[in-house]
Amino acid sequence: MNAPLRVVLYEGPGSAPLEAEERFRTLSALLEGGFEVTRPANGGPVARADGSAVLLLGKFDRPPQGEPGVEVRDLAGLDVEKVVAAAREVRERTGARNLGGWKPWFPVIDYDRCTNCMQCLTFCLFEVYGVDANQKIQVQNQTNCKTDCPACSRVCPEVAILFPKYKSGPINGDVVRQEDVKREAMKVDISALLGGDLYASLRSRQSDARKRFSTERDESRALLERKRCLKELGKQLDIPDEVLMSLPTVEDIQARADRAKAKLADRQARSQTVKDTRPAPTEREWGI
Amino acid sequence: MSVRILYCNCTYAKVVPPETKQEVLRRLGDSGVAFDAVADLCDMSARKDPALKKLAEGGAVRIVACYPRAVRWLFHAAGAPLPKEGVEVLNMRTDKAEDMIRKLEAHP
Repeated sequence: MNAPLRVVLYEGPGSAPLEAEERFRTLSALLEGGFEVTRPANGGPVARADGSAVLLLGKFDRPPQGEPGVEVRDLAGLDVEKVVAAAREVRERTGARNLGGWKPWFPVIDYDRCTNCMQCLTFCLFEVYGVDANQKIQVQNQTNCKTDCPACSRVCPEVAILFPKYKSGPINGDVVRQEDVKREAMKVDISALLGGDLYASLRSRQSDARKRFSTERDESRALLERKRCLKELGKQLDIPDEVLMSLPTVEDIQARADRAKAKLADRQARSQTVKDTRPAPTEREWGI
Repeated sequence: MSVRILYCNCTYAKVVPPETKQEVLRRLGDSGVAFDAVADLCDMSARKDPALKKLAEGGAVRIVACYPRAVRWLFHAAGAPLPKEGVEVLNMRTDKAEDMIRKLEAHP
């Protein structure tokens, strides 16, 4: 991955200071434009150089000598829009990475709390979660996550899943209190939420739906029922409507369940080998 | 040894009160202290931006962003865990701009 462009806003020997408003507007515009900005001052420490392309901005008394990898722009006569445009031009020309383009919405695991129960992996329908080589849960596909949907954090029994941009705590990273743990524990059993055994429930609902279609041929009634159920689930887990609208079909969920069961069977088989003498995990331990 | 300052602008969401982040940025700029600023730590973490490593390294750092638990695990998720000692996180979602500025200016 390319490093991002580092913009250095210089005010010091060999340059004139910026006006306060001009400084603030320049800093703010660059950050809103997705740039990383360093403001060195009075010999104070800043992050070390790391070989990323640098754009040096300032009101220089005379043009500073260029160095490899360092572009220089004099701010004299440039308004804020032109400064940002210049930074964009340097970013593109140097091949530096462009940040932004999406609302960075994805789960972050608090490993001080996580017990590796896999409820999140089982629950998420968008394959955001996976496991590493040591079977430890991790977030693998951040961009698969549905913006503004915190549902997986709602099913985590340990309140270990954060969405830093969520509106309220403890999901936003606020301190987890005892009452939060109790409240989440009431919601965690997703199987119970859907009526006991999740997969049995799905099979039953699928079968019911087929019967309904075959006997009544009443498609609109079935759709209304699905809409009602989804609305209820959405309300309980704070899932946005647009996420509910993009949920997979019952067949997709069933296929996913089959894949999860196959994985479990494989894990159970491997756990019976000579090397791994631990007891095979149960379906409950895997959260399915 | 001086403490580094890292400011997160939380550019891609509106969860930090805009008046707080603007006030902190304005006062940081005017204060004459050195600092690094990034557009959005969440975005960098999601992309496992290598720049996070350089921001996490280098000794004591005061991070002006959001909830400390979120900041800590965002760095961890990007493979750039923050050191256990010498890290202080100031929370722009809950703290007053004035209080944060006082801390940032008191021990530059």
